[in-house]
Amino acid sequence: MAAFIVRMGPLLVLWLAVFLSGTWAVDRGNFKTCDQSAFCKRQRALKPGQSPYRALLETLELTNTKLTLQLINDNNKVRLLLELYRLQGNMTRVKINELKPLKPRFEVPDVLINDPPTEPLSLLSQDENGVVLSLGADSQWLIVSAKPFRLDIMEGREVLLSLNSRGLLAFEHLRIRKDTQVDPEGAEKKEETDAANELAEGETAKEDGMWEETFKSHTDNKPNGPSSISLDFSLPGVEHVYGIPEHADSLKLKTTDGGDPYRLFNLDVFQYELFNPMALYGAIPVMLSHSAQRTMGIFWLNAAETWVDISSNTAGKTVFGQMLDYVQGSSETPQTDVRWISESGIIDVFIMLGPTPTDVFSQYASLTGTQAFPPLSALAYHQCRWNYNDQEDVAAVDKGFDEHDIPYDFIWLDIEHTDGKRYFTWDPHKFPQPKDMLQGLMDKRRKMVTIVDPHIKVDSSYKIHNEIRSKGFYVKNKDGGDYEGWCWPGNSGYPDFTNPEMRAWWASMFAYDQYEGSMENMYTWNDMNEPSVFNGPEVTMHKDALHGNWENRDLHNLYGLYVQMATAEGLIERSGGVERPFVLTRAFFAGSQRYGAVWTGDNTAEWEHLKISIPMCLSLGLVGVSFCGADVGGFFKSPSTELLVRWYQTGAYQPFFRAHAHLDTPRREPWLFGPENTALIREAVRQRYALLPYWYQLFYHAHHSGQPVMRPLWVEYPQDTATFSMDDQFLLGRDLLVHPVTEEGGRGVTAYLPGKGEVWFDVHTFQKHNGAQNLYIPVTISSIPVFQRGGSIIPRKARVRRSSSCMEHDPYTLFVALSPKRFAQGELYIDDGHTFNFDKQKQFIHRRLSFANKALSSRNLAPGSQFITPSWIEKIVILGASKPSKATLKTPDGKENLLEFEFDASMSVLTLRKPGVNAGVDWTVVLQ
Amino acid sequence: MSCALLLLLTSLALAMGTGTAVEIQRPRGVPQSKRQFYEENKPFTCLDGSSTIPFDRVNDDYCDCKDGSDEPGTAACPNGSFHCTNAGFRPAFIPSSRINDGICDCCDTTDEYNSGATCQNTCREMGRKERESLQIMAEITKEGFLLKQQLIHEAKRGQEDKRGKLTELKGSKKGLEGKVEALRTVKETAEDPEKEAKERHLKSWEEQKELIRMEKDKTRMAEAFLELDDDADGYVSVAELQSHLELDPDSDGSLTETETQGLLGGEGKVDTSTFETVWSGIKDKYLSEGLLDPPAPVETPQEEESRDFVSDHDSDHYPEDYAGEEEDVEDDDEEDDDHDEEEEEKVPPTVQTPEKREDDELSMPPYDTETQSLIDAAQKARDDFDEAERALREVDDQMKNLEKEIGFDFGPSAEFAYLYSQCYELSTSEYIYRLCPFNRVSQKPKFGGSETNLGLWGQWAGPEENLYSVMKYDHGQGCWQGPNRSTTVKLTCGKETVVTSTSEPSRCEYLMEFTTPAVCQEPASLDEVLHGHTEL
Repeated sequence: MAAFIVRMGPLLVLWLAVFLSGTWAVDRGNFKTCDQSAFCKRQRALKPGQSPYRALLETLELTNTKLTLQLINDNNKVRLLLELYRLQGNMTRVKINELKPLKPRFEVPDVLINDPPTEPLSLLSQDENGVVLSLGADSQWLIVSAKPFRLDIMEGREVLLSLNSRGLLAFEHLRIRKDTQVDPEGAEKKEETDAANELAEGETAKEDGMWEETFKSHTDNKPNGPSSISLDFSLPGVEHVYGIPEHADSLKLKTTDGGDPYRLFNLDVFQYELFNPMALYGAIPVMLSHSAQRTMGIFWLNAAETWVDISSNTAGKTVFGQMLDYVQGSSETPQTDVRWISESGIIDVFIMLGPTPTDVFSQYASLTGTQAFPPLSALAYHQCRWNYNDQEDVAAVDKGFDEHDIPYDFIWLDIEHTDGKRYFTWDPHKFPQPKDMLQGLMDKRRKMVTIVDPHIKVDSSYKIHNEIRSKGFYVKNKDGGDYEGWCWPGNSGYPDFTNPEMRAWWASMFAYDQYEGSMENMYTWNDMNEPSVFNGPEVTMHKDALHGNWENRDLHNLYGLYVQMATAEGLIERSGGVERPFVLTRAFFAGSQRYGAVWTGDNTAEWEHLKISIPMCLSLGLVGVSFCGADVGGFFKSPSTELLVRWYQTGAYQPFFRAHAHLDTPRREPWLFGPENTALIREAVRQRYALLPYWYQLFYHAHHSGQPVMRPLWVEYPQDTATFSMDDQFLLGRDLLVHPVTEEGGRGVTAYLPGKGEVWFDVHTFQKHNGAQNLYIPVTISSIPVFQRGGSIIPRKARVRRSSSCMEHDPYTLFVALSPKRFAQGELYIDDGHTFNFDKQKQFIHRRLSFANKALSSRNLAPGSQFITPSWIEKIVILGASKPSKATLKTPDGKENLLEFEFDASMSVLTLRKPGVNAGVDWTVVLQ
Repeated sequence: MSCALLLLLTSLALAMGTGTAVEIQRPRGVPQSKRQFYEENKPFTCLDGSSTIPFDRVNDDYCDCKDGSDEPGTAACPNGSFHCTNAGFRPAFIPSSRINDGICDCCDTTDEYNSGATCQNTCREMGRKERESLQIMAEITKEGFLLKQQLIHEAKRGQEDKRGKLTELKGSKKGLEGKVEALRTVKETAEDPEKEAKERHLKSWEEQKELIRMEKDKTRMAEAFLELDDDADGYVSVAELQSHLELDPDSDGSLTETETQGLLGGEGKVDTSTFETVWSGIKDKYLSEGLLDPPAPVETPQEEESRDFVSDHDSDHYPEDYAGEEEDVEDDDEEDDDHDEEEEEKVPPTVQTPEKREDDELSMPPYDTETQSLIDAAQKARDDFDEAERALREVDDQMKNLEKEIGFDFGPSAEFAYLYSQCYELSTSEYIYRLCPFNRVSQKPKFGGSETNLGLWGQWAGPEENLYSVMKYDHGQGCWQGPNRSTTVKLTCGKETVVTSTSEPSRCEYLMEFTTPAVCQEPASLDEVLHGHTEL
């Protein structure tokens, strides 16, 4: 749900009147452009050129773990301290802070999972112009140039990446305010001089907004004055950069010359527009660069408002121009330049040097952790709506799914289930017996999610509010009182989730005896955690609000992460540390992947929004957040039946699969559009359920090694430049390629099947297609174009039941798609589906399935693990096979059984009947 | 691997009346009616004929038949179905996917034979309950159907009455029309002499008024002269007149000597007779010295005040236009309009000119008796005519209403006619819902607040075979960014006519359940009902 509208108290109406004045589109005027954000304007006014910064080489110190060096700004003589680290796993960390700041500057806590382990740096050479350091084994060097200061990371003779090469390093040092109210003019002059030293000349302090800034009716008091930072990066040889979600934009990031930079600032944006760099609900300051030679990443660890400029020396050129360059051989090397600007904090940047996409994912995972391994059921289908009205409604919808034989695992309750938007409570009339309701769902082996938002109704009869207030856990306003703002319940307080004590208390509120009416099959949804403040600047918290000693300005983008962190911890604690939590969040930051799922917020029931769900989730996957989805059907407005069907078909193949709808839209449960459409939706959902073993295995890997579940094609085909900008199709893991139909009235799609010499099999027809081709696929309304890579083995459960829990012990069907060399490999991962025992007690099964030399075998991949499953192998379907004379199953007890089989010569499909062997043991099937 | 797979179900069928037990064997999940296709130890042919398999592959937990018919008792086939006998209750088919899924679906527990789920056999209990409720329903239907016959009878009679009334009204309409025409002639005949007499009277009054006015003017002139002639020398001089600033021809605030002289026709002073010509030039502006302290112009401040009030009023009410409960908006607007009218009335009328007051003081003398009697006669003719016309209109209205009512679709036998012009209410925790069949549905908050229109009578909207089971009301009050409110009313058989429940399944789309004898169907015999649903 979310997005503000209707049903608010009359005191909000004026605000609403302003807010609703627009039509169906974001009201851009509510959100700042770079020009309206004083520090961005100041920083952006600074043009590339000679940097005023100089490295003071005489201050260089090299220890086992790091190099330190002072930098001086020759204009104002302010000194900075540079720290350089070589991190294990081919990463370099660059930290720049003031040498002697007036007071400490904010350094982001709780995002890195540990102090990243270092590797020694060694000094190769030094002269008055700079120093050369060795970055470990791969003939990588780091060159520190003294004047102007600049860093270059080289491999051999090739520059991989340069810092401050365009001289855009700018560090606004903390200072004492020199003006007074008595003599504003004189003060302005002084400020002017000071400002001119650092940034653009000729602007007055007032215009600079260094000490105060007003946007619309909101004044931001800046007691600490200017504090912004900026640094540029040059990426020679790079034409494609990705990441820095969340933006409603294409997968490949665009250059920002002539427009606004991409903005990272967690905001509740009402009816967001597509294809622009405006900030949305979450922010992950990680950018990936990719070329056919190398993949790298830049992780800018800063939680303040951030803007990212991207320019390219080839972006402006036409294809013809590029061809001409190529033919004439006169081209300059393509290069992408990136510039990061943040409002406060320090420069703390991790350069992930790859060189492969997989390496970058591992590198980033080693810093911020991996995707939380969700309960299996969370990967199944979720049915949500703002709102399911009451217990009877929930029961009726639940029954509707059974009557129409459509599986689902979770039904969701939005804000209306509470008693007056007091979270952790129930509306006494609509939900008088929540436990009866939950028990009813449990009897069907289904689950529920209730919403718990971070804004707390200011109401002295509300226990949660009273406790937070009495413990002093609320965020404070600049004057030290409890910060209050408007949200769903009316006047609300905002708990200070940055405070670990607050988080511990919050987590304890999820205990079964605290959250009355909750049960173990009830999970949580954190919405509005940017945080959304209806009457705040840009619909969020005032930047001068205080979290302990820090301003919201310093850590704004972290708030949402902390909310989800505390909530997930609560769900773990209530089960005594046994059960895996499931928490959905709207706001997020780097590291949020450790706590659950995210969704793309309040989208709209339009075809373009269906399309954008692909690049939005791909971008998130690249920077660690695999558990991503968009509201199926679209949140605002009402989808056409065709759009709804297509959205189910697309959502069934995206990680987080939840239908959701706005309060004011007509009902859209899957069976409300006639039997044909019900059947189409049923089929899409059933395909999802059948594929759950593969989804679960992908998430196990995401959790284990940080590899994204939903991947752009270039991740697996890094040298195939045709794939670099593709975002209308994607891979699930390595082995499934999905090209959903996202065009209204679509009669066909053109899918690109990558891989020269590879083959792909249509998963529905088993038709074989060659790789490295654009394949036109005629489609009907029932088509979901999905292909399995030749060379892979995918496990499915063909017995789709009414919830994933009901399928727990069901047998597996293995789909073996042979490569042209008659080889295939895959995995099978099984555990209890919901506890941490897979981790703590190694209770899982992980097997390597491989087909080679006409034999398919299952071998243990994790000898230290143990788990007993009743599941068995029901059927083996081998695609691209030839007809054997016999098939023999060999089991570890030495027995050999002949298997019956069927062979479809027209499609070369061999089906082995009922091997019957337990899924957890070694076995081999030999074809002769 | 899952379970032993060829479990034969032994079901006991009690031969009715004899009490002897006969054992019939069939594979798990097969209904009695298909038993003959599953013959033990003979190859099994899929029911769609697609292939034939050895019998030991029936229920072996692997799907061999495309139609799922080889696995009636396991979950192996995606499109299979499982038959529960449910002895004591109704037999049922469930999708194969519900076999051994840990959830008890069949009341005889047969679907969960290998899942570890502990199911209780509830068939007997359910059968009992169902029989009870069927019995109750049957009784209700029976009584309801009787009531329906009565309703049909009444409706028929009512309909006849109405048609009779209509014919009657048509007759009296004709008479009334004639009467109206006759009276119109009478009225017009009486009005001509009345008009002439009145005009005569008015004309003489006008003449008389003119005389009086001249008289008054003369008096005022004499008074003015006396007033102006400060030195009482029988002349009004420039100096004497100059104090009357209101006479300033160029309104520049000062009355110069030259200007004053101009007013006096160029003379330095004038006597009474010359003053007559001067007077005609100044009398419109002249203010008697008694009134000379000029009263502040009353209009201006009052105008401002009233304007202020209106703007205050606007801003006061501005937010309500956006009030969260958009239902209120319309009503608020109405209220606003009312306010506006009131305010207008409250604004004091603009100050009247003295002349006007004078005119008012002079009232016309009563008509002479002759004229008055003409007027009285005409008035009576008018009254008679109006009355006749009103009577005609009333008859017209009655006819229209009757025609409308007769024209309504009250069901195949007009059994719904009794609902016309009735209203039925249901009180929930928050609202009182009101259904006025064939008219409208509305909702009123229990604790204050205005009524919301949930839809006006639209049409019968049941499925083709049962059109009269659903009523649709639409074009209710609009929703924010949404459609107009509408209500679907589902009718079920009941002895009483009541609204039993309301809900809003989708925003602004209401659902109402309504019982009425009018939809009760002729009951089958109770035995039939009970028998048709039980397989023993």
